[in-house]
Amino acid sequence: MKIVASRRWRPAGLLCVGLVLGALDGALAQAPAPVDPWPDLARDLFQGRAITNDDFVVLEAPARAEDAAIVPMTLRFKAPGLRRATLVVDQNPMPMAATFTFGETAGVTFISTRARVNSYTNVHAVGETGDSALHAQVKFVKAAGGCSAPAVKNMDEAASHLGQMKYREFKSAESGHREAQIMIRHPNNSGMQMDQLTHLYIPAHYIDKVVVRQGETLIFSMEGGISLSEDPNFRFSYAPNGAKSISIEAHDTKGNVFRQEWPIGEAS
Amino acid sequence: MVRRIILSLILAFYYISPSAAMDFKLDEIAPGVFAHQGQTALMDRENEGDIANLGAIVGEDAVAVIDTGGSLIEAKAFIAALQQETSKPIRYVINTHAHPDHVFGNGAFVGPDVVFVGHKNLQRALSARGAFYLESFRAAMSDALDGVVIVGPSVTVDKATMLDLGGRKITLQAWSPAHSDCDLTVLDEQTGTLFAGDLLFVRHVPIVDGSLLGFLEVAEELAKIPAVRVVPGHGPLVAAWPKALDDQRAYLTRLTADLRAAIKKGDNVADAASAAARSEREKWRLFDDYNGRNATAGFAELEWETP
Repeated sequence: MKIVASRRWRPAGLLCVGLVLGALDGALAQAPAPVDPWPDLARDLFQGRAITNDDFVVLEAPARAEDAAIVPMTLRFKAPGLRRATLVVDQNPMPMAATFTFGETAGVTFISTRARVNSYTNVHAVGETGDSALHAQVKFVKAAGGCSAPAVKNMDEAASHLGQMKYREFKSAESGHREAQIMIRHPNNSGMQMDQLTHLYIPAHYIDKVVVRQGETLIFSMEGGISLSEDPNFRFSYAPNGAKSISIEAHDTKGNVFRQEWPIGEAS
Repeated sequence: MVRRIILSLILAFYYISPSAAMDFKLDEIAPGVFAHQGQTALMDRENEGDIANLGAIVGEDAVAVIDTGGSLIEAKAFIAALQQETSKPIRYVINTHAHPDHVFGNGAFVGPDVVFVGHKNLQRALSARGAFYLESFRAAMSDALDGVVIVGPSVTVDKATMLDLGGRKITLQAWSPAHSDCDLTVLDEQTGTLFAGDLLFVRHVPIVDGSLLGFLEVAEELAKIPAVRVVPGHGPLVAAWPKALDDQRAYLTRLTADLRAAIKKGDNVADAASAAARSEREKWRLFDDYNGRNATAGFAELEWETP
């Protein structure tokens, strides 16, 4: 009713609707940008190759980002043989969050990580199979409200523990698989924020490459990282090859290399 | 039809002059100590960013303002209301932290004799977040955001400092990461009035944007301040001290315990965040707007504890 009524007083009509429906105001105004960046992104990131929308790669992302700095995202892979998977946050300043490349025998069935989400955005997961075919899924994520920001919460803490790592194992839901989590302390500053006080860009400092192995064999490597949350965090399943240890090597944009190795626990 | 006409007149009024609608109430809560109660809401065009409690302390020579509100419109209304109460000049503008509802009004106070004061980390936080806040709040605030600029501190507080307003001393204290990583409190020694900023939420669900464990620790230290009354960052204008901290402590303690249990069990962050502290839901306003976010951030923090 109110919408109909307000249309009679143009040109202020649209603003009036926003005012009357106070609660809806934000929702109406924050619709995704009219220009969909995806066609350009797909062309740039995948050289214009055909991308099939199917459920070969299943993307799990929340409908609403609770915390702009930490938005959980999971990629699940239906069939084995996935070569690569890329996570793209379309509306972020640097949309490509991460590209994961999987070892041939790694048997990774899912990988969970956390991304920054700056605004209302589509998120794409694109998988590449051994035959170089591309498969995508898309989810729309509403931005977080209030004072939430895609920035580091506790900067001193982030800086003082730079490169510290943590490893955990979990009981895997899939037989013949193991589930593990690797966490790296890093502010992962994107460098995209302009300092409003100095009008200079804050220098980028982020993890740009991660390699995870069981024994000498690759489980996955990750490249990109700009839209990943501070303290990059990867939880994944893999097919064990009998190796006694799992290792990680992480590189950041200032040339730091962080390495750590942990013994793999008894099968649970 | 009549209703529609009345509605349209009201709307036309708002459309022509959003600032004319600002109804700014400033109460003298103790001699020479003024405070304004913000709405318990998210910032939008309708409330013009007026969601945080603001304060002012008047000395013999000068006035110190504590936080400036969420828009220029609100800040100008604040200044006008203050001028009704005193002709003393505003010399200090103190920001209790970097969040938009506390600093977006700063621009209205800029002048040759005005000193902006904040936590030693305030500038860094504004540098990292200012541009994002200006952009992200445009959608919800529309033209109520017009003219807002990020103004950083010219004087910063490392641990504690005292400001003399003329026959009246106020103590500023900088805290380790808690609600945010640049929390500052203001104590008026003369009346024992503590401006807690967002280190104290009453009825409005607490927001964790610094450190969950830090928030609990800092609140315990804060409780030792021998104040008579406290102005929370959000909630009623005045609350009993230190009893006002009880509900917040209960919430943060529940959240911490639930998250630790979920992490130990091996839950993922999304599942844990949707379940943690649910038992507190009925006690708080805006719970659904912020609990999931507190839990998400808290999970990422507590995950680093040794299991």
